[in-house]
Amino acid sequence: MKVVIDQDRCVGAGQCVLAAPEVFDQREDDGIVVLLDENPPEDLHDQVREAAQICPALAIELAG
Amino acid sequence: MTEALSSSSQAVSDAREPEFPMSRGRCPFDPPPELERRLHDEPVSRVRIWDGSEPWLFTRFEDVRALLRDSRVSADTDLPGYPPQAPGVAARRKRAKAFISMDDPDHARQRRMLTADFMVKKVERLRPRIQKIVDELIDDMLAGPKPADLVQAFALPLPSLVICELLGVPYADRALFHRLSKVLISREATPQQSLDAIEELLAYLSRLVEQKLKEPGDDVLSRLATEQVATGTMTADDVAAMGQLLLVAGHETTANMIALGTVALLEHPDQLDLVRDGDPALIANAVEELLRYLTIVHTGRRRVALEDMEVAGQRIRKGDGLIAASDAANRDAEAFPEPDKLDVTRKARHHVAFGYGVHQCLGQPLARVELQVVYSTLYRRIPTLKLAAPLAELDFKHDMLVYGVHSLPVTW
Repeated sequence: MKVVIDQDRCVGAGQCVLAAPEVFDQREDDGIVVLLDENPPEDLHDQVREAAQICPALAIELAG
Repeated sequence: MTEALSSSSQAVSDAREPEFPMSRGRCPFDPPPELERRLHDEPVSRVRIWDGSEPWLFTRFEDVRALLRDSRVSADTDLPGYPPQAPGVAARRKRAKAFISMDDPDHARQRRMLTADFMVKKVERLRPRIQKIVDELIDDMLAGPKPADLVQAFALPLPSLVICELLGVPYADRALFHRLSKVLISREATPQQSLDAIEELLAYLSRLVEQKLKEPGDDVLSRLATEQVATGTMTADDVAAMGQLLLVAGHETTANMIALGTVALLEHPDQLDLVRDGDPALIANAVEELLRYLTIVHTGRRRVALEDMEVAGQRIRKGDGLIAASDAANRDAEAFPEPDKLDVTRKARHHVAFGYGVHQCLGQPLARVELQVVYSTLYRRIPTLKLAAPLAELDFKHDMLVYGVHSLPVTW
């Protein structure tokens, strides 16, 4: 799985951080998404899929 | 009782009466029966609102999400065809316009001035302070007379104190903004009452912003004053407009989730037992489920179409009003099996109680932490908590834009 984020679309709702804290974080100065792991291990895939599904701004794309 | 009388007389007297928002049925936690009927039989349909216009009503979970994330729809309350929530809201729409009623890029520019303040890490740092406030409020309530009004003793003071500290608004002035906030979220306020309330609140907040310019503190209004007003990017009045949105939203939503959530749990003792004994993961899950089950923002998210388009198989014309019913969507069996059942162990995080799309609630991480602290503390510290009046006699907020109870007599 490869995770791609779009920081321009992000609205800082924080849903991804709650769903998959090992993979997503928020920038200290403006709360916008940062990717901690663009190739997360398999045991995190469900959480990452949930993060992508609930992101209100469609700022997370998954490949593979 | 009055509810039943008024809705039946409405049916026979005037076919031009507004159809939406609809009257609730017997269960105070369920969406109106007619709304559930549309979810099942007519998921996208026209509905007449207070001003006589007939916007499209979207009820299914996937349709609500599709609509709210569509960049061809606008949240701009000034555009022709936008379906205002109530006469009072329509009257003040040109005043106090903040990012909730703007489209990108203006919306994103304003929202990003605030996203750092509500991000998950930042809000987590407030958890010990929130826990302390919760414990003190419970101490005070237990030391006071029985029965107590849980709304005044607990549900309202907690979010009020928290949002005041965050924004830098003196809690001592709460009588003023509690009174004005009530008018601003009333469905029944007249245009004049609504205009007077917004002017008074903006004047109060503008004065506060001017003070912060001279003596900034460590709070959101001070930061907006020094970063935006002092540099000339925004006026004190613009910052006041953002401030009133945060102040009203910070009060009226969490307070209602605390009080109504407590009623719902007291009426579902098996679920209350799970919450009372729950670990942090179960509590967090219970918060999501209660947000879904109660969906207190119960008059729909409003939008207007920017162009001719098709959504959920429905042809929409430019300028058509659009209403996304989050409360119906959160009871869609396609997204939540056995949707009318309160089940604090179900997976519910995909609910749309905070809306969806770029306008999804900015303060949701704060609301979550407040509710997690409340639900994990209140019933553990007062295990005998119970209603001091029959459920049917509670004063539910049918008259407000945000659902809940006006007061909640409890004893222990």
